[in-house]
Amino acid sequence: MLNIYTVCYKNLLRKKLRSSLTIIGVGLSAWVLASLMGFNKGYEASLNRDIDNMGFQVVLTAKGCPYEAATLMLKGGTSLRYMKEEVMQTVAANPEVESMTPMLMQAIFDPNKGEEGGMSAYLGVDPASYPQMKTYLEFKQGSWFKNPEAYEAVLGYEAAELEQREVGDMLLIPEKEVELKVVGILKRTGTQDDGTIFIPVKAVQKIFGRSGELTGLGIKVKKDANIGQLEQKLYELPDVQVVSLAQVKQTIMNLVSTAKVMVLSIAVIAVIIAMVGVINTILMSVFERYQEIGILKSIGAMPEDIFKLIWIETFILCLLGGMLGAVMAFGLSQLTEVLIRQLLPYSPTGSLIVLDSSLVLTTLVAVLLIGLLSGLYPAWKAARVRPLESIRSEMS
Amino acid sequence: MNAHSTAIAARNLSKVYRRGTEEVLAVNNVSLEIQTGEYVAFIGPSGSGKTTLINILGCLDNPSSGGLDIAGRPVFGQGRPLSERELTKLRRELFGYIFQKFYLIPTLNVLENVLLPCTFYSKDSGAEERAAELLRSLGMDKRMRHLPGQLSGGEMQRVAIARSLINRPQILLADEPTGNLDSARSHEISAVLQELNQRDGLTVILVTHNTELAKAAHRIVELRDGKLAA
Repeated sequence: MLNIYTVCYKNLLRKKLRSSLTIIGVGLSAWVLASLMGFNKGYEASLNRDIDNMGFQVVLTAKGCPYEAATLMLKGGTSLRYMKEEVMQTVAANPEVESMTPMLMQAIFDPNKGEEGGMSAYLGVDPASYPQMKTYLEFKQGSWFKNPEAYEAVLGYEAAELEQREVGDMLLIPEKEVELKVVGILKRTGTQDDGTIFIPVKAVQKIFGRSGELTGLGIKVKKDANIGQLEQKLYELPDVQVVSLAQVKQTIMNLVSTAKVMVLSIAVIAVIIAMVGVINTILMSVFERYQEIGILKSIGAMPEDIFKLIWIETFILCLLGGMLGAVMAFGLSQLTEVLIRQLLPYSPTGSLIVLDSSLVLTTLVAVLLIGLLSGLYPAWKAARVRPLESIRSEMS
Repeated sequence: MNAHSTAIAARNLSKVYRRGTEEVLAVNNVSLEIQTGEYVAFIGPSGSGKTTLINILGCLDNPSSGGLDIAGRPVFGQGRPLSERELTKLRRELFGYIFQKFYLIPTLNVLENVLLPCTFYSKDSGAEERAAELLRSLGMDKRMRHLPGQLSGGEMQRVAIARSLINRPQILLADEPTGNLDSARSHEISAVLQELNQRDGLTVILVTHNTELAKAAHRIVELRDGKLAA
């Protein structure tokens, strides 16, 4: 038996190109909307994960630009300014401190890296405390070095791929002409650790002539301790600066908010364009079928039937568009991520856009609501067509 | 259906239109009765008021004054004019309409076009069987799954007739139903209307310029300047 939904669906088939273009328009706006919401969710989650994976909540570095320190830290190291090792005793005296790990970052130009050479970064870490803070690190081969002064190295997954080294191989530090024995290769983590070459901190101090110096001190705070209070005490230490990862996160989120506003503006514009497209399509269709709507009324359709007819047509357009947008959001999330990464001042590792069924459902509901709102005027206009007027227009 | 009851009784119907500041008297004090099962043809020159009169008789428009009873039911002349909803209810219960243009939905097939009124209102169940039966009786049974674009003008008008009959109307109102057809197809449609009147006892009101077609009616009513011609 013929029902109103079939009539509506078949009505939309009359102008296939116009209906398709409208569906694509709605689909694009749904895609942008879903991607934006996915980005809002994904970016913060990735940033939180990156920060949690650092294993410590506060970093002490030598005095310098805090933004530089924050960026360097998240990109895989610490500021290349130096502070004295003795600071560790002072910090350890604070009751809020659970543990700490010293770090010494060194970078050197490696002429054999890539086609034109490149910087190789070495992170000196303490084999006793660092692995305990980075418990999520797993080994593909080998294990951590045991001796804090050994000339040994643990390579992140990508560093091992790049250097083409396996456990047991030797690794040369250019300029210093020092060879290190590779004792471990980490599994892929999706973080900055993948590209890092870890060396015992004492060995780095010796090789690079930085005895008694550090570039950073990672501090893990006790579970219920007041981080703010500890930071306040650390601020009073001379020649060091305190970088709270909560602050780092806030700073990055502030930087990213500009990009978010931009993406939001694009989404709003896309939604407005889609709305105008839907109104235009349905209104055109109503005008083209002016006489036909009058005839439908003369054969028994009440105003609410016509309203329903036009509204269902709008609903179908928006539903198909919303579904297309959801498919695009899932299918093109990688591409969207690449595009968004280009807009951002800093992108955390991991997925920037996190899409799940509830988010897609929210987008679909939003698109349908916006679509139905767009269909109100054309549907109302159609419901008001008087059969007599349409018949008169036929006569003329 | 009582063959001798009155289908339409019009008393002193008038319709005044306002065109700018000018008042146009389109129907002027018309009184007439149409019996159930009668086939009446309205003829007259353009502007004679026949379409306006038919629109009022078919409950598509309110008269300015006068009274109208349809199938013994008072419709106009009982106080306030009827609202669009009330007119729609009357129309779908009592009337079937055929127009010069067929207004078939191009993306619905023949059977679906006939069933279209039932998506809004249906007097009884079994609409699909009735639609198929109507199309068979109109010689369209082989074309049920065809789209309107695949039909000739005469065939499209047959589909429009089947659509007008799907809800078992008491009165069939045909306004220039052959206006878009050639002579041969016009006679085919005229024969169909005649058969519906004679075989099914349907009251048929035809508006036409074609005096040849009008001759098939029991009665010819001529209008001039909004009045019944003597």
